Order: sequence, then C-alpha cells, then structure tokens
Amino acid sequence: MWWTCDHNELLRLQQLSNGADLDSTPLPDPRAEQWRLDVRHGGDHGLVIACTGRWCIDQDLPSPRVILAETAKGVERLSFNTAQLTAWDSGFLAFLRTLFMLCAEQGVTIDQEGLPTGVRHLLAMAAAVPAREVARGKNGRQGIFFLLGAATMEFFRGAPEMLHFLGEIVASFGRLLRGRARFRLSDLWWEIEEVGPRALIIVSVISFLVGLILAYLGADQLRLVGAQIFIADLVAIGMVREVGALMTGIIIAGRTGAAFAARLGTMQVNEEIDAFKTLGFSPIDFLVLPRMLALMLMVPLLTLYAAFVGMLAGMLVSVTIFDVGVFEYYIETLRALKLKHFLVGLSKGSVYGFLVAYAGCLRGMQCGRSAESVGEAATSAVVTGILLITVVASLMTIIFYRLGI
Amino acid sequence: MNNAPPIEVRNLTMAYGDFVIQRDLNFVVNKGDIFVIMGGSGCGKTTVMRALIGLQQPATGTVCYEGEDFWSAEPDRQARLKRRLGIMFQGGALWSSLTLGENIALPLKEYTTLSPRRLAEIVSFKLALVGLADFEDFYPSELSGGMKKRAGLARAMALDPEILVIDEPSSGLDPPTARRLDDLILELRDSLETTIVVISHELASILGIGTNSIFLDAETHTMINSGNPKEAVVSGDPRVRHFLTRGAQ
Repeated sequence: MWWTCDHNELLRLQQLSNGADLDSTPLPDPRAEQWRLDVRHGGDHGLVIACTGRWCIDQDLPSPRVILAETAKGVERLSFNTAQLTAWDSGFLAFLRTLFMLCAEQGVTIDQEGLPTGVRHLLAMAAAVPAREVARGKNGRQGIFFLLGAATMEFFRGAPEMLHFLGEIVASFGRLLRGRARFRLSDLWWEIEEVGPRALIIVSVISFLVGLILAYLGADQLRLVGAQIFIADLVAIGMVREVGALMTGIIIAGRTGAAFAARLGTMQVNEEIDAFKTLGFSPIDFLVLPRMLALMLMVPLLTLYAAFVGMLAGMLVSVTIFDVGVFEYYIETLRALKLKHFLVGLSKGSVYGFLVAYAGCLRGMQCGRSAESVGEAATSAVVTGILLITVVASLMTIIFYRLGI
Repeated sequence: MNNAPPIEVRNLTMAYGDFVIQRDLNFVVNKGDIFVIMGGSGCGKTTVMRALIGLQQPATGTVCYEGEDFWSAEPDRQARLKRRLGIMFQGGALWSSLTLGENIALPLKEYTTLSPRRLAEIVSFKLALVGLADFEDFYPSELSGGMKKRAGLARAMALDPEILVIDEPSSGLDPPTARRLDDLILELRDSLETTIVVISHELASILGIGTNSIFLDAETHTMINSGNPKEAVVSGDPRVRHFLTRGAQ
C-alpha cells in the first residue's frame, strides 16, 4: 500500500474543502519546483518516506501528522529516501524534528541514514540539549481558576511588600529627622526642579480647562435663579479644596510617578541599586527619600497654582459669558474662601504627593531585570498612584466633612 | 591575628521559591586566591555570587567572612562586613546620573575623611589604574562596554577592599582588552594582596588567572568539582573537562 501527496494536490484539496469549483480552479504552475512526499510500506513493519523536490520554508509544507496516521497501522520503523531532494532549509528540519518527536511518543524507531548529512548533523545538535522541565512549565494555557488563584496569591504576597516598603520609608524619614539620612542635596534640588517648575505648563493647561468646565457647569444651574455671581464660590471652593489637588495628583502620577518607576527600574536592571547596597548605602535614603521630599514639597505648591489658574478660568467665563463684573467676581471669591479651604487643599496636595512618590518608587524598586519589567513598572506606578489617590481622596473628603472642616 | 579564611561557604543552598538553583555548596576561599566560580550559562553562578556579597539570602546555609557568619549577623554588622568587599558587576553598574569621578568618589566621601584634593588624587589614580586616566568628567552613557567594566572595577577598588568580587570580567570584551583586564586582576592580587573571586565562563580567563575554583553544574544543581582549574582540565570530573576543553574531551 502506498500514497503520494504534493504541494499542488494539497492546494487543490484545500480549495475543494473551502467549497471551490475544481474545474474552474486554475492549477498552479507545474514548472515551479515543489515538494513531493511519497510514503511506501516496506517489509518488516517499515515505512519508507521519500521526500523529493524543494522542501523550503517559503512553501506550504505538509504536517508530519499525515505520516503519523500511517505509523499507527503497526509500523515500527521509519526510513527515508532523499535522493531526489533538490533543496532544503529550516522548513524541512522543523518538519523532521516534529515527526521524530511524534514517532518517539509512539515508540517508532527512526533510521536517519537516508537523510542528507547536513540535516542529520543539525537535527543531532537540536536534540543535544534536552528541553528543561522549567522551560516546559512555561508553556500551555492555564485554567481560569488557576489564574484567579495565582492573582489572589500575588495580591496577598504584594500587600506585605507594600507595607514593608512603607515601613522603610518611615524609618528613612526618622533618620532624616535625626540628621542621619544620607543622600545628595543636589539630587533633591534636581528632583524639585523636575517635578515642580517643569510640570507647570501641563498643570496650567489642565487646571484652566477644569476651571472652565466647573464654571459652565455651575452657571448652567445658577442662572436659572439669577445667581451667576455664585459661580465664583463654586469655582473657588471647588478648585482650592478638591479639584486642584486631585487634578494635580493625577497629572503628577502620570508624569512623575511613571518617570520615578522607569528611572529606578532602569537602575535595577543595570545593577546600580545592587551597587548601592553592596557599598553599604541605603537605596531608600539615597534614591527614594529625595523623590518623596521633592513631591511632598512641590505638589502642595502646584495645587495652589492649579487652584489659582482654575479660578482665573472661572472668572473669564463669568465675565465674558454670564455678565459678572471682574471686581464683583474677585470680591465674591475672597468672601467664599476661608483659611480652612486652603489647609484642606494643601494637606491633600501633600498626601497625594506622598502617594504618587510612594507608588512610583515602590514599583521602580520592585522592578525585574528586563526592559519589559521597566515598562510594567511604569504602567503599574501610574495605576497604583491613581488608585491610591482616588481611595484616599474619598476617605479624606468624608473625614473632613465629619469633622466639619 | 585571625587565621580564618577570608570566605567560607557552608552548606549553601540557593533557591527561588521551590526551585533550587544550587544546593549543598561548601568551599573555602583562601587569602591571595583568585577563586573562580565557573559553570555553564544559567547554572546559578550569579545567584551564588549574590549570596556571597549579601544581596540574596540563601534558602539554607551561610557565608562566613574570616569565620564570622554573615547571614546571622545584625544588619549593622552585616553593613560593616560588606565594607571588606568590593564588587564589580557584570555591566559595571555605574550610577548613571554621576560622572566617573563622582562614582568613585562617593564611597570614599562616605567612609573616609579625605580632603577634596586628596580625594581627587585618589580618584584620578584609580581611573588611571584601569586605563581611564582623565575620564573623571565622563558620564557612564558616554563610555563603551569595556570602559564601563573597567570603571566599575575602579569603583570596586575605591576603598582598597580585602576581597574583590568580579562578575564576568571578560564577557563582551575583545580578546586584548579581556587580557589586559586579567593582567590587572593578577596585578591587584600580587601588589595589594587582595583576595579575588571571579564569576566566569570565559575559558581564557579561567585558565589564565584562576588559582582555585569550583564548578557549578546546571543539571545536578550542585558543585561537581573544586581545585585548580588547570588541574581540572587534566584530572577533573568528565563534565568539567568537557566544559574546559570546549567539548573536545
């Protein structure tokens, strides 16, 4: 018993299975040299596989499983005839390697004598180092319950790490207060410049637009009762107490938190953080503390600035669209704002600054040792930062409301 | 005087979770040795090095410096013990925001009371020693891979450590540069009596400078040979001979 298959026939069978009309289907150019596979049963439970023509990677080569269907019928030995093989490359090698592995699973022995010498050598090299169990474990899809369990375990592993890092930061602040924290002042100034003045443009743009939105939102309701003047109260208190700090926190989380994580992550990849540890320097003091201080100092200032820009936008809308006088708006703003509003806004700014720096530094220090990990650290820093800000903002709003501040 | 060896490793097992990288390692690094930790790629050489230099806690076992157990010491004591070590990381691990001069000066500023002039002299000397004279104001990003390694060595030597640990000194270097680095390591051992631990899989380096060694095997996850690498070529474990002769034996 024997059968033959070649590229043209495979193509025609595929077209037929796709519903094509064979008579109207043009045949491929017969002059183009294609692969051809002949499988013949030899005596003594053997199977001879004849590969002729061109077996290259740019062709639609057959699956080794077509041969496997034959080996299931009591075949114990496989041999090859490649006398008519005109060209081969990795495509042929990959075909043979898969075939050999499938045969090994079925206990079919293989006689490689009929294969070209180069093919035999390359296959031997590919088989020289067996696949490791660890590498094999990476393959294969995991079920939904496995993934859910892994994610839960990862979360519970991550929570103590976050607390541990928080503890290290508190200890570092303790050393700072006792005058024993070691870091370079030039690093602190550099960070202050980076997170403060360089963020002014983006903070200005966003705060202006948010102030504008707040003013329109308020005006829409207030003019129904002819109380457009209270746009000033809404914008001033809204921007100073809540929105200024919240928007600044989110901008800084995207801009600076990600940068912290990427920079520390890259230092982790380059073993720079290990170098600090081996020389007896605390990476928390040297790298994390200046960043925490810079953000805790600059975010409250940026918050005030954002509130001021937002109020300017509110004034612009009120004066040009809703016929409120400039002086009138100014006096109403002064009347509405109290010291407690500034204290609330500044305290929120400081806390958000701490949270963004914490998230950025945490993810940077947790970074693995590959370029991919740096990207993950930066993304995770932004997500963690914004999540922490949102949760803490809600808590602080409730607490301040309960305390009547 | 303490006659205990500079480094003694006792029953060391390194693991990531349940996956054992290397187990039951026992070896001694004697004073003046150029001790090579060798093995194929992925066998866990660098992981073992991380336990030696206090960066990664072993799963079991410990490392003793002159008889003193590092991993059961208090953190303050661990920090003092680490000061005996100078580490050259594989890629140099220079602090990218500092110039070469600042990189070398930082540990000196931290642990000595040198005047700025003396500090500058020492920094200049250390850089000259590794063939980077007048490179004080260069940033790491402005250097080639080989220059970064040499600058990393200069920083590792900044405090004249008793033990120098060097991770893959020759990898990625052209043969003459690798040879110069090997000569420098020999010179440091001979002139400063520094004990040197080299993590390597570069045969020329291993056979050229190593006086003692262990071979870590990736399959059995433990050391399968110890002693002078030149002798291991002739009479070592067959797997080690296979490695040291590039598969010829």
